Amino acid sequence: MIQIDSVTKRYPDGTVAVDELSLEIPDGSITVLVGPSGCGKTTTLRMINRMVELTGGRILLDGADIHAQPVNALRRSMGYVIQNAGLFQHRTIVDNIATVPRMLGWDRDRARKRARDLMDRVGLDASLAKRYPYQLSGGQQQRVGVARALAADPPVLLMDEPFSAVDPIVRKVLQAELLRIQAELGKTIVFVTHDIDEAIKLGDMVAVLRTGGKLAQYAPPDELLSAPADAFVEDFLGTDRGIRRLSFFTSAGLELTTAPIIAVDSSAAQVAERTKASGAPYLLLTDTDGKPLGWTGPAAAAKGGAALSVAELLPHGRPFVFGKESLRDALDCAVLSPTGWAVAVDDGGRVVGVTSQTTIAEAIRGAHAERGAAGSPSASAKAAAAEAAAVDPAIAESKAAESKAV
Amino acid sequence: MNVLNFINDFFSDSANWHGTTGIPHRLLEHVEYSLLALLISAVIGLPIGLFAGHAGRGGYALAAFSTAARALPSFGLLVLMTVWLGEIGTTPAMIPLVALAVAPILVTSYEAIRSVDPAPVDAARGMGMSSAAVLFQVEIPAALPLILSGLRSAAIQVVSTATIAAYIGLGGLGRYIIDGLAQHTYGKVVGGATLVAGLAIVTIGVFYLVERLAVSPGVRRGR
Amino acid sequence: MNAYFDMPSDLQHSYLGLIGLHLREALLPVLFGLVVALPVAQLCVRFKWLYSPVLWVTTVLYAIPSLAFFVVLIDYTGATETTVMIPLTVYSLVLLVPAIVDGVRSVSPDTMAAATAMGFGPVQRYLKVQLPIAVPAIFAGLRLAAVSSISLVSVGTLIGNQGALGNLLADGQFYHRTPLIVTSVVTTALLAILVDGLLVLIQTLLTPWAPRGGKSAGKGAGKSGRPSLLRRRTTSAAREPEPAAARAALEDAVR
Ligand SMILES: Nc1ncnc2c1ncn2[C@@H]1O[C@H](COP(=O)(O)OP(=O)(O)OP(=O)(O)O)[C@@H](O)[C@H]1O
Ligand SMILES: [Mg+2]
Repeated sequence: MIQIDSVTKRYPDGTVAVDELSLEIPDGSITVLVGPSGCGKTTTLRMINRMVELTGGRILLDGADIHAQPVNALRRSMGYVIQNAGLFQHRTIVDNIATVPRMLGWDRDRARKRARDLMDRVGLDASLAKRYPYQLSGGQQQRVGVARALAADPPVLLMDEPFSAVDPIVRKVLQAELLRIQAELGKTIVFVTHDIDEAIKLGDMVAVLRTGGKLAQYAPPDELLSAPADAFVEDFLGTDRGIRRLSFFTSAGLELTTAPIIAVDSSAAQVAERTKASGAPYLLLTDTDGKPLGWTGPAAAAKGGAALSVAELLPHGRPFVFGKESLRDALDCAVLSPTGWAVAVDDGGRVVGVTSQTTIAEAIRGAHAERGAAGSPSASAKAAAAEAAAVDPAIAESKAAESKAV
Repeated sequence: MNVLNFINDFFSDSANWHGTTGIPHRLLEHVEYSLLALLISAVIGLPIGLFAGHAGRGGYALAAFSTAARALPSFGLLVLMTVWLGEIGTTPAMIPLVALAVAPILVTSYEAIRSVDPAPVDAARGMGMSSAAVLFQVEIPAALPLILSGLRSAAIQVVSTATIAAYIGLGGLGRYIIDGLAQHTYGKVVGGATLVAGLAIVTIGVFYLVERLAVSPGVRRGR
Repeated sequence: MNAYFDMPSDLQHSYLGLIGLHLREALLPVLFGLVVALPVAQLCVRFKWLYSPVLWVTTVLYAIPSLAFFVVLIDYTGATETTVMIPLTVYSLVLLVPAIVDGVRSVSPDTMAAATAMGFGPVQRYLKVQLPIAVPAIFAGLRLAAVSSISLVSVGTLIGNQGALGNLLADGQFYHRTPLIVTSVVTTALLAILVDGLLVLIQTLLTPWAPRGGKSAGKGAGKSGRPSLLRRRTTSAAREPEPAAARAALEDAVR
């Protein structure tokens, strides 16, 4: 645990970058510091590894003052990742990653072996090991930066806008990878960003700072969205926080129906019977494997299944993974579907049911009533993802990340 | 075309290839003076420039000092040192040469360290490298091409200027120039000048090799 | 005092006269060098393949000892001022060409594109955008050339008293008047420093857009006691000048 205890930083020129800030950063979770430019996020982060010396208050690491040990020993016990990765251009990728282990006195072979393991862990191909930083893309460099910070297996990871210099698509991938790695390693991560979406996506706890280095709110992201402490936080969160909060509601309890679902090899009679039974104007056609093919229109439905050509179908849109993805994903699928119905699938992509916008709206109302305005993080999508991870480790890897990815 | 004739005559005269006044011996003396001057300048200039660059202070003082060093007229200084110190060994010649060479070494090594990308330096400090390790393992390797270019331009100037050593009775390639002038044998002058220019080219070649060997491919290709 | 400033009659000049002579012999070559260097540099910028051989030639020329250069020229121009000034012109040229080429090349393609988009022709682009932005680099070269030129004039004393203040060196030895030698060295050094300072001043006046404080001084670091490495370097002048320069130059040109 990192305790930041009424810490103040006044720069020699008189700027007060951080003012009487108190935060408790819990072990094994991601704590995000977020706020507008110049609000003191970097300063706060850098005070933790003493890259910036505080001028008031104290910081405790597992109960001991950070000044109790030599500064370089403190820094070696914390990984540090910065915006442009800051790789050493004169060293190969393996040697970049092996830097801290070498400093700690490991022999070269052991350090390199460790570095190669880490490359694998952060999703870098082993063939990149002997390259120099300039031969890597920005996203790859950032992965090396993360691997380098993890090299000596430090319990704490400090990250200062690590993903803000890469393009949005790569950023999404890197965020997902970070969540995946964190699910495996359970580090104490302090993460600085000015991007509130990134904060909500990654953070177990989010500290919103306002200009002048004052704490505006410190809460789990769900709570932040449902109950912003004041107008500043509300403004900072943006206008669609209601929608975004849905990311924290699981789709597990959503009511599904299988009535309008029919396989492609059904007879005309079966189709007619299904159309009557479901009372819906559309049927969802699946292949023989149970994977969705598309929606049939009312006219097409009359022709019977076997006569249907896939080309005539309406697209089914992106399906959501039932129980793993959130209500926000379900709603998104329904809104984007030409029929207004969302398709729920299992991990294998087989249809488990469909649900209408009306049903989703009811579920949202129900979830709000159950959680109250303040909300409780216990039933968050993240917890659901963790549960799923426990069941199927192979899928956990990719899905733990996706559960928060919108 | 008589310059080329001079060069031809000078190099084809076998008398110029033997003994203590022969080309090999004079060349060796010249290299000796140049290396010594460069070594002294580097010993003075490199540590000061590198540490000042690392600490990020002293820039004004360094700029003022190297302007002053550059302003000293080499030949005048040589005469003055000879008058003051007497013609004792190479010292009177070393002083102007070092004054000449120390400025580019000092300024470029300072600027080289200052222009290193701040991100890796920040990362290095953040991972707990000591200040010295940051300088030697991160800043110097990245700044090496520039540092070497400072040393190289100092070396070329020293090689060219070391000819003045002959004015105070020392050896080196300057002998041919000074003696040629006194004896009105311009062939010697041109031959000596050609040797000096050739030595400068060799110097460039040596620095090219050093750069190949010492600078990491990541730095060479990365900029 | 007189030991220092009584000029031997064979020099046919007063102390101040020698200074004037020295400045003329040293600085006219720098001026000639600049006049020749500008088109040569422009050619090197235009035809990229030209730059590398030009650099080689200039480096070799630079390595030729001044005295040898003087002696060879005596055959053609006699023991005159011209004989001293020709090599100095060559040395200046050699220092200025790379300085100008690097300066002009440092103008970013974006800036050039912006200038073209504003309707500048090639000549206007050169005169109103590239050249102004290259001013700091050109002046860096000019300062080196001027200082080394002032120092080298003294060597001219060896070819029939053409060394202006340098002639005091020979006389000082001949008449055993060490003070004359001191006068020569100190005056030459002071002249070099003065001219250097003057060039800095002119550069400052010519480039009102450049960040103040000289290129090598750690201005960003000066303000606070323990600056963060990041901040110190990103605010240091080294990275700033070009965009600021580009903007200013374009604005100037538009006016
Ligand atoms: N070395 C320094 N000297 C003086 N003031 C500084 C220094 N470093 C930062 N500051 C000031 O402290 C305040 C906080 O800076 P900090 O870098 O912590 O902001 P930040 O929240 O990380 O901003 P950004 O999102 O832009 O990175 C700013 O007003 C900044 O100008
Ligand atoms: Mg910051």
